[in-house]
Amino acid sequence: MESTSQSYVPSVPSTKLAKPSFWKKLRGHAVGDDKPIGYLFILPALIHLAVFTLIPILFSLYLSFHKWSILKPAKPFVGLKNYIKMYHDTDFWRAMVNTFYFVFGSVPTGIAVSLLVAIVLNRKLRGVYWFRAFFFLPVVSSTVAIAMVWQWILQPEFGLLNYLLGFAGIEGPKWLMDPKWAMFAVIIVTVWKGIGYQMIIFLAGLQGIPEHLYEAARIDGANKWRIFWSVTLPLLMPTVFFLTVTTIIGSFQAFTVIYMLTEGGPVGSTDVVVYHIYEQAFRVFNMGYASAQSWLLFLIIFVITIIQVKFMKKFNYEH
Amino acid sequence: MATMTGTANHSKTAKPGQLLADIFTYGVLGIVSLSMLVPFLWMISTSLKPEYSVFEFPPQFIPSSWLFENYVSIFKAAPFMRFLYNTLFVTMSVVIGQVLFCSLAAYAFARLPFKGSNAIFVLFLATMMIPSQVTTIPTYIMIYKFHWLDSYAAQIIPFLSSAYGIFLLKQFFHSLPKETEDAARIDGCSEFRIYWNIILPLSQPAIATLSVFTFMGVWTDFLWPMLVTNTVEMRTLEVGLSVFRNQYTTNWPLQMGASLLVIFPVLLVFLFTQRYFVQGISLTGMKG
Repeated sequence: MESTSQSYVPSVPSTKLAKPSFWKKLRGHAVGDDKPIGYLFILPALIHLAVFTLIPILFSLYLSFHKWSILKPAKPFVGLKNYIKMYHDTDFWRAMVNTFYFVFGSVPTGIAVSLLVAIVLNRKLRGVYWFRAFFFLPVVSSTVAIAMVWQWILQPEFGLLNYLLGFAGIEGPKWLMDPKWAMFAVIIVTVWKGIGYQMIIFLAGLQGIPEHLYEAARIDGANKWRIFWSVTLPLLMPTVFFLTVTTIIGSFQAFTVIYMLTEGGPVGSTDVVVYHIYEQAFRVFNMGYASAQSWLLFLIIFVITIIQVKFMKKFNYEH
Repeated sequence: MATMTGTANHSKTAKPGQLLADIFTYGVLGIVSLSMLVPFLWMISTSLKPEYSVFEFPPQFIPSSWLFENYVSIFKAAPFMRFLYNTLFVTMSVVIGQVLFCSLAAYAFARLPFKGSNAIFVLFLATMMIPSQVTTIPTYIMIYKFHWLDSYAAQIIPFLSSAYGIFLLKQFFHSLPKETEDAARIDGCSEFRIYWNIILPLSQPAIATLSVFTFMGVWTDFLWPMLVTNTVEMRTLEVGLSVFRNQYTTNWPLQMGASLLVIFPVLLVFLFTQRYFVQGISLTGMKG
């Protein structure tokens, strides 16, 4: 609680120039002074951060080096055994492979569809407000409810999707009950729910492109297709990149949709990393082992974030 | 494909190219909107059918008789009003806490220079990189040790402040003009009054954005309330709905009706706040 009270601004009227009171010191007297009262302002948030973020992070690291079922008091130190076990755990690696399948199946599809919709919606059209609202319905709807509807739509015998496919002469698969198709179905639901959100960000990006660039391109005689490739798309790249990275990070953390639709099945075909961690921690009560797995997940997300920061800088220099 | 220029120029004279463009545009919009709407319509339709008739072939889009009694059965089967009350209470508490704690800290980081301010702010930012899965397990154990399982405290207190909120508000506070507060400061106004009477009223757009995102994040959270609640009385809508699903696995009309009930309040809020949603997302590019 020390203040640089020496740097007085003489014009500030103060009756206690010689010896400022504790409260005045705390507040800082003039513009530009150090203001230790700031500590009081951040105190609630800082305590909260310490108790509900910093301590849990350290505790999680500690757990990852111990074997601990919450039901028993004993928690022996096992060193790196949890991490070594993870390395040899084929179920865990299957979950990791499934996660990559999920991420690389859902992210590019979602980005492509939402970009197309955003470009189409960016024109001044009648009814834009309503279209935008329709696309946003799934975004604001509860994931649990959405999963229940899709479970019904994807129901093999009486579901709507297989009924509609029947018109095209296609005999639909058993979707969520078929190990070959379950992940594909989960991806459909995820993409469907996320399009509206990605579309809004694309629209913001499109509206940020200055009109005079289009103007210039038109004067130079570029046709619409050419303008799209040479003006719109390059200037939209930072948005595409930003969305790709944040959606990848979000998809690595998918849980609710898996929990509701498949519970990781059938035969582990939709078991993704976060669902796997949940099962280890709260169904089998391997708290230590689950913590170790969550740190590997952190590492993956961390690497993706670093790549994002590096590339974002590059984009910023270009424009 | 000629429409893909993203420009807003739209000539009134109908050229053949323009017609094609319009067909393409409305074609894409029509197909995508239909795929967005049909599941919701199907949900409504199913929720009004008798249990057996959903297994009829071909399926009926408009039920032959509308069975509103399904909704009576749903309210009898599970206390959805209680779930709604719990969700509202938890969500509102977290929103108020976030706005208060985050804005206090953000004001200090933006306007009150103190030793170590930068280092502490970076510490806050750094925690945003840790995925919630890392902290879920230890926080659960803490809550268990505090004997907070199956309480509102377990659902509210861990979310009362967030690095994201502090960051968002700090950025906004930097954009506010300094003259008013400096004048107030010279007049001897306390920092807390400057924060409370000058900064907060000027920050309504940012606070609205933070509130909407916090609201959405807490309202739709599933894993955490599922972990920390055991009794029916404590469940939120999401958790209550998932338990309801497990009890009525094959009763599709009741499942769809219950889903609709859960979606409905948020849709209502969304209809009136669509502007804030869109602004918030485009401003921050993040979901709470």
